[in-house]
Order: sequence, then structure tokens, then C-alpha cells
Amino acid sequence: MASNFSRILSSKQRIGVLTFVGGSVTAGFLLHRQHVGAAAPVRRSYPASADYPDLRKHNNCMASSLTPAIYAKLCDKATPNGYTLDLAIQTGVDNPGHPFIKTVGMVAGDEESYEVFSDLLDPIIKERHNGYDPSTMKHPTDLDASKIHSGNFDPRYVLSSRVRTGRSIRGLSLPPACTRAERREVERVVVDALAGLHGDLDGKYYSLTQMTDGEQQQLIDDHFLFDKPVSPLLTCAGMARDWPDARGIWHNNEKTFLVWVNEEDHTRVISMEKGGNMKRVFERFCKGLLEVERLIQERGWEFMWNERLGYVLTCPSNLGTGLRAGVHVKLPLLSKDPRLSKILDNLRLQKRGTGGVDTAAVGGVFDISNLDRLGLSEVQLVQTVVDGVNYLIECEKRLEKGQDIKVPPPPLKQFK
Amino acid sequence: MVKDSSTQQLIKRISVNWSQLKMKYSSDQEYPDLSQHNNHMAKVLTPEIYESLRDKETPSGFTVDDVIQTGIDNPGHPFIMTVGCVAGDEETYEVFKELLDPVIEDRHGGYKPSDQHKTDLNPDNLQGGDDLDPDYVLSSRVRTGRSIRGFCLPPHCSRGERRAIENLSLESLDMLDGDLKGKYYALKNMSEEEQQQLIDDHFLFDKPVSPLLLASGMARDWPDGRGIWHNDNKTFLVWVNEEDHLRVISMQKGGNMKEVFNRFCTGLTKIEGLFKERSHEFMWNEHLGYVLTCPSNLGTGLRAGVHVKLPNVSKHDKFGDILKRLRLQKRGTGGVDTAAVGGVFDISNADRLGFSEVELVQMVVDGVNLLVDMEKKLEAGESIDDIIPEQK
Repeated sequence: MASNFSRILSSKQRIGVLTFVGGSVTAGFLLHRQHVGAAAPVRRSYPASADYPDLRKHNNCMASSLTPAIYAKLCDKATPNGYTLDLAIQTGVDNPGHPFIKTVGMVAGDEESYEVFSDLLDPIIKERHNGYDPSTMKHPTDLDASKIHSGNFDPRYVLSSRVRTGRSIRGLSLPPACTRAERREVERVVVDALAGLHGDLDGKYYSLTQMTDGEQQQLIDDHFLFDKPVSPLLTCAGMARDWPDARGIWHNNEKTFLVWVNEEDHTRVISMEKGGNMKRVFERFCKGLLEVERLIQERGWEFMWNERLGYVLTCPSNLGTGLRAGVHVKLPLLSKDPRLSKILDNLRLQKRGTGGVDTAAVGGVFDISNLDRLGLSEVQLVQTVVDGVNYLIECEKRLEKGQDIKVPPPPLKQFK
Repeated sequence: MVKDSSTQQLIKRISVNWSQLKMKYSSDQEYPDLSQHNNHMAKVLTPEIYESLRDKETPSGFTVDDVIQTGIDNPGHPFIMTVGCVAGDEETYEVFKELLDPVIEDRHGGYKPSDQHKTDLNPDNLQGGDDLDPDYVLSSRVRTGRSIRGFCLPPHCSRGERRAIENLSLESLDMLDGDLKGKYYALKNMSEEEQQQLIDDHFLFDKPVSPLLLASGMARDWPDGRGIWHNDNKTFLVWVNEEDHLRVISMQKGGNMKEVFNRFCTGLTKIEGLFKERSHEFMWNEHLGYVLTCPSNLGTGLRAGVHVKLPNVSKHDKFGDILKRLRLQKRGTGGVDTAAVGGVFDISNADRLGFSEVELVQMVVDGVNLLVDMEKKLEAGESIDDIIPEQK
């Protein structure tokens, strides 16, 4: 008899591990809740159809892809850390979405989530990343900033330049699922490595729990301080648990290189400066990232990365490079041109207001950044932004002179 | 699809003992930082208790971290003492006794692990209460909660369980007749008109926004499995799958608390009978009485209250003390954490556990009668010093 087959499922927390003693695989899991103790009774048994979420009012990538069949196949599985499908999709169930904005609706609790739940995540990734198929394609990583050309913009138009990404520490669960001890371990590993940075990257860590009022005010004035997440997209995924324990901000003395610890990802890495020298911003970005990677490797750690998904992060939308390279750029005349959206689309760029995602542009100043994250390398994406922004500035200059502008041709569809 | 063969094995044959994974880090490494905290859980939890409880779980898989998450995420307020823990199922109160018994003792006026709670839902045992002065008492209301044995509670239940609770509830409620005959409105199927009517009647409950509730997972899958049932007369109302499996409310305008309590007891007893016909019972035991999600609602889970005009008494400097002696609490007319408007207060019993339903409603009836007498005296320019009560 298949001895102590048991499964402890917690629909809310991270403990749902399939355990087999004796090594035999039992086909078909009948019971959702059974304690491993010898005499504990079966509490309830529900078929997958009873637990399948009601997604009729939903408009997110998870809802588009999660069929009853996929749910039934995956709902009994758990990653080695005990992360389950119900946990992964909770944010998408709780946040039906917006008719115009399609959110992802699912997160990863650990690196293995992308394997264990690939039947659901692969189609989501494909939809979100322009047809990229993780089961057959490979993602290129390229952090050689010397390849960027024409990356110094006209400062009369570009007010600031910024590149951000995230990195996850292999072997530790991601923010939706990590325990307090794991989160503290992430902090320890990252802060330890950052302390090894020198020269223009020499800097300091400010733990959210230990910050003084003076430090807090300075970080607010510098626009560096991040708050406890209020977006239900994040809170429903469990990322705000135990706030502000093990969260913090590191930045270099020159305030051009910044790392957030344990916010939406293990780390978010940001390089920025005023003006239009995107090439220099990207150079510092790459140098900092590669140096931090080297420092954690010295201590026996590494980043989550693989050939098919690139850098692994909490949200499937940030896979690959996790990179958003952008500028704040003044385009008052172009902003009134009805062709702007089409121009941006064809340049593979997106616009946001200067307050970030979901804000409006003020005074004709836009945040312009790359649309893509996965399937193209860092260098390719930054070059796309550089070329695109140069084109936009050209358009603005032409409009200033009363000349007409042209919509650039659409790009080749890479992945379809 | 190309899949790594070792991953295949990982998915099919994970042979690591769950407790080893959970126990990867030491208790000290996992212990929460409660230095900024002021809630019952933070007052009671020690590293020793945490260490003793962290390798345990209830049969449905609820752990001590699940119990305390809301208390960690909500440090509390310097003046308001929140509970800071929740139950995921009936067994939580057993498995995590070491933590919950002291929390219960602290919250419920020294109630000991060996104490017994009496249940009394016989409305004939209530004396008076039918004639609270309607010039002062604008409305009367009694509420409690009930949990269905065998199901997990709102912080922990799966969608399938929640839906089963909803089905059971509306099957049973559908059988009520006479002045209790009514209708169920599922939150996710409600029409615009039904929704507006329920809002106008002040019956509709919203998705919780309080971080106290959100942090414990009670709002998951909203509005799936949630709904409101009320009788045609709009005097008896049941909330399904909000903060508890069932919240039962009896209410009406005016001061006839006796009638409100009659209907409350009759309704509850009938509902309990209907559930029993379907082989289900409420979670109840001799020590904790009715078992609910929040430890603060154990015992009777009962809050009996009135909206009462006390513009003069409320300004008296002994008002707070008088309420304390009467074992009553005040709230604004918007409910907990709201302010009183126009001198109208929500006055209700402060206790839940260790007193029976009849005893608690009696305290409210007697206390409110006294407060109204005081109000009248103050209106007439008389002193109330000679009728200040003893501590109950």
C-alpha cells in the first residue's frame, strides 16, 4: 500500500508539499486536505471543478489562459517550497482587471514555479511577450554597454535618463512566498555584496526598520524612498507581508545607482542621472550589476537565470531582461500630434506620465521607455530606446520648424 | 515541450518531509519583529511559544504563521488594542492553545482555560426591554456570528468550501417562513436595482478594506460565495462569508429590544435546526461557546446595541466611567471607529465570552434605561451623582 502518501495544502500560505514515503507515485490526487499524522481524518475532498475560480468578469492574462482542464491538472501540484497554483493565481482572481489595461494576474513564488506551472505560465508568457515561446526559444543576455551608439541625447529635450531591472537570489523564495527568515537572508546576502562596491559605486544601505527620521526625509527628498505597496495587485499576492521587516534601500554616494531590497523582487537595481547621457547610465548599470554578481558568487550565491527565461523575477512581465530603460523628454508639439501613439508603437516604445505607470504627462514631458522585456537582450533594448528617442527628438525639431514628420515603419514581428 | 528530466522527477516525487522545509531556518531566524507592536498577539507571543508552535499545524494545514500574520502586518494603535490573530478552522483554538488561551484571557476579562461558557438563547429569560424610550432610543439591534462545523473559516477556506458554505446556508435560509420568510442576494449575481435597494436599506456589505481583515486573507476571491439574505420585513438579516461563515442580525427602529431579541433567538434556533436537518451543526464547545474567526467574538459573538440620543450625558466627565461600570461601550453611529454625530451614540455590550446571550442583552437593556434616565435628569438640570452605578 502506498504508505504515507500525504499532502498538506494550505490555500493561503506557502505550505503545500507533496510528500511520498516509499517512492511510489499515486496517480490522481483525490484529497485536497489530509494531514500526515497517522490517525488524522480526511477533512474534505473537493474536485477541481468545485475550486475552479469564477473568471467571467476577468480581463487578465491568467484568466485568458486558465482553462478548467489546466486548473485540474495543476491544482494538486506544488513546488519544492510548497508553493501552489492557488497561491500563484490569487492576485489575478482578486483583481479582475480593467477593460483597457491587461494585467498579468499571476506571480511566481519561487524559481521552480515557472517549471511546475509551465502549462499555465508558458501561454501567459507568450501572450505578454509578443509571441515568445519559452518551450522552444532562448533569451539572449548582453550587458556589454560599449555596444551602445548615439546614446547621448540633446539635453534641451531629455531631462533625465534611467535604466532599471531586478535580480533574484537563487535558492531563496520570491516575495510572494518567502518566510521572514528567507527575506532576511536575501537582505543579508545583498547588503553584504553591495558593501563590496567601490569607487563611484561606493555607497550605503538604509534599512527601513532602522532608518532615522533625518535619513528618511533625505531619501524622500531624493525620491528614493519606496512605500509599503498599496496596489491590490501586489498586496493580494502576499508581497507586503511582515512590512517593513528586511526591506531597505541602498544607494551610492553620488546618488546615481540605487538598489531596492525586498520590495516587489529580491532586488530592483536602478541607474539614473539628470540629462541625456543614456550611454553612461547604461554603462554604470552594467558595471554595477556585473560587480554585484561577482561579489555574490564569491560568497557561493548566484542570480536566478536560465536560457529560456533569462533573469527570473516575481512577475512574468519582468522576465528576460527585466529591463525598463527610459527618459523624461520634452515633446510638447509631438504630444499634440495624433500620430504619436502609432509612432511609439512602431518604435516599440511606451509612454507614461512623469509620475510613473498610470500617471499623466505634465507640460508635454513624457516618460518614454521600451515595451519589451523578453526575447531581446539588454543592449538591444537600450539601443531601441536610444534610436527611438533620437527619432522622437528629430520629429519635435521638425515640428518646431513647421516641417512634417513621418511615421516610422513597423518593426518585423520577431516571435510569431 | 522540452523539460529537464530532473524537473520531471521533482514534480512527481518530492520526497522531502514538509516539516524539514519549514524548519530550514531556526525559530530565532523566523521570529517576527514585534518591537513596534501593540496588539494582544504581540503582548503574548514569546520566542519560546513561537518555537513550540511552529512545527504544528491543524488538520487542514493552518500554521502559527497563518494565525499571527494579521497581527504582524498591523502593529496596532497606541490607544486601540486589536487582537492580532485569527483562526483558520475550529482546531486552531486547540492546536495553538498556548498562544490563544492567554490572548483570550487578556481580551475577555481574565477568562481562564478551565472556565465554562453558558449559552442562553431563551428570550423569555430577558426581563423588560420592550419599552426603551423611543424619544431617545432610535433603533435596536442584536448581531452574532455562526460557523459551520467541518469547514475552514474565512482566512483559510478554499473556493470550493466557501461555495459549499454558501449553498448550505441558502438552502437552509430558504426554508424559513412566517415573518422570517426572505430572499438571498448573491453578491456576484446582484442586479443594479437589487444592489441599490440593499444600499438604501443599509444592508449591503462591501469588500473589506480594513488591513486587519485583508492581511488575514478573508477577502480572497471576492465576491465569490458571498451574499446577503434578509426577510421580507427587513428585520432579520444574514451575511454569508464576510468575516465569518454567517453573521446574523436582528434589528428594527425604536426601543423594543425585547422583540428584536425574540426574533434573534427564534431565527437562530430555527436556522440551527435547518442546518441539523442537513447533517450540519454549528461550531460550539463548552469552554469557548460559539467558535468564530476572531478570538474577540468567541462565546456569544453577540453585540446588542442601540442608537441612542445622549447629548448631555455624553458630555459629562464621568461618561466613560459610567459605561465601564455598566460593561458597555460606545461607538459612532457608523459603527466601530466612527465618531458620534449629533449626540447620537451606538451603545452596546463590551463583553462576548463568559456571559450568556440573555445576560448580555439584559446588561444593555438595564444600562440604556439608566443612561436615558440620566439624560432626562441632566436635561432637567438635575444631578446624576446619586444614580451612578456600581461596577457590574
